[in-house]
Amino acid sequence: MTHHDKRTRRDALKCLGFGSAGTLFALAGGVLTPIDLAAAIPSGEPRPVHHKPLFVQISDTHIGFSKDANPDVAGTLNRTIDIVNGMAHKPALVIHTGDITHLCKAEEFDQAQQLLSRLRVTELHTVPGEHDTTDPNAAQYFDRFGKASHNKGYYSFDHAGVHFMALVNVMEFKNGGLGTLGEQQLAWAIGDLKHRSASTPIVVFAHMPLWSVYEPWGWGTGDVAPLLAQLKRFGSVTVLNGHIHQIVQKVEGNMTFHTARSTAFPQPVGGEAAGPGPLKVPAEQLQKMLGVTTVSLIERPRSLALNDTTLAGAE
Amino acid sequence: MNRFLLVGLAGLLAASGAPAAPPAAPQVEVTIENYHFVPATLEIAAGTTIIWRNKDDDAHTVMDASGAFRSDALDEGQSYTHTFAKPGTYRIACSMHPQMMETIVVQ
Repeated sequence: MTHHDKRTRRDALKCLGFGSAGTLFALAGGVLTPIDLAAAIPSGEPRPVHHKPLFVQISDTHIGFSKDANPDVAGTLNRTIDIVNGMAHKPALVIHTGDITHLCKAEEFDQAQQLLSRLRVTELHTVPGEHDTTDPNAAQYFDRFGKASHNKGYYSFDHAGVHFMALVNVMEFKNGGLGTLGEQQLAWAIGDLKHRSASTPIVVFAHMPLWSVYEPWGWGTGDVAPLLAQLKRFGSVTVLNGHIHQIVQKVEGNMTFHTARSTAFPQPVGGEAAGPGPLKVPAEQLQKMLGVTTVSLIERPRSLALNDTTLAGAE
Repeated sequence: MNRFLLVGLAGLLAASGAPAAPPAAPQVEVTIENYHFVPATLEIAAGTTIIWRNKDDDAHTVMDASGAFRSDALDEGQSYTHTFAKPGTYRIACSMHPQMMETIVVQ
């Protein structure tokens, strides 16, 4: 490897500090444990990955966004994809948990698809975010990504003995409320789990949090309780989302709730700003902040602590 | 001379059968700031046009909760207008951020 190559990789990691990466999940003892991508491939020689990667979660790419918080969201997505493609053990799946685009424009979807097509994985699974569904009937999203769900948006699939449920909580509008699954989808989801063995690891993913993170900013799903009740009997449940552009985790019994970073820009901690808008942070501060949440997950895979190690420490 | 020409032009327009707009049709501006409609409640006369202008660097929509009208995603600086012809109470929301609400009473 030439000096130039090393430099490029280190620079890519720095940029991940600005825009972040995805989150890698490995199946360890029946429990899916999140591992930070940037830490999985630090600068210099690749660090050995102890768990076989199952999938990568990418979220909130916001293609079309060009404000101060990140004028080059295509660039940060590209670097994220480089990291995924450069992983020593490639995951078969990538899950995109929504807000693929920023303004739901055809050209934004086209660009996002073009960028994501560089991912060297066998399957890309998606759920829409509220930014992807503002056009009439969410036609832009469904024309491109509706096939897997027969244009419902929600669907399930199995991979490597793990059952995945893709849910949509951004399309049924409740005035003044939180994200909503809606009766039809809830009934489907509960039915989908009914005859499954409790030993099957379950991964549920949606765009908005499926648990209450910060309700004044709408960071939750109002009608999810009946589904969570059904999930309790399973030995390993991982509930994933994007939307809030930062990592927040909660463990409740056998259920791990985990929110992913954006590849585009960070958002403030719930309630710690006037609103949840894009966070404009000096580069060094941002790098340190992101580093805190990510790298600690690598050093202690079963720990859900989000502090102690910075991204700068992983360089 | 100028005044005479303007009056003449107005006369021509009136004669051409263009719909008679009420004189100085009222317009009210609502801003979208920090994930809020400002003001959150508003009383207007029937026939008033509201202009919603997004001042956030995130995108928002303007949607009548009953589904009567809905904007596309508005980027920062973009606006959407709607004229309220009929009296009533209208609940306005952002379809992207359901916590954002506005009540408009049309007299």
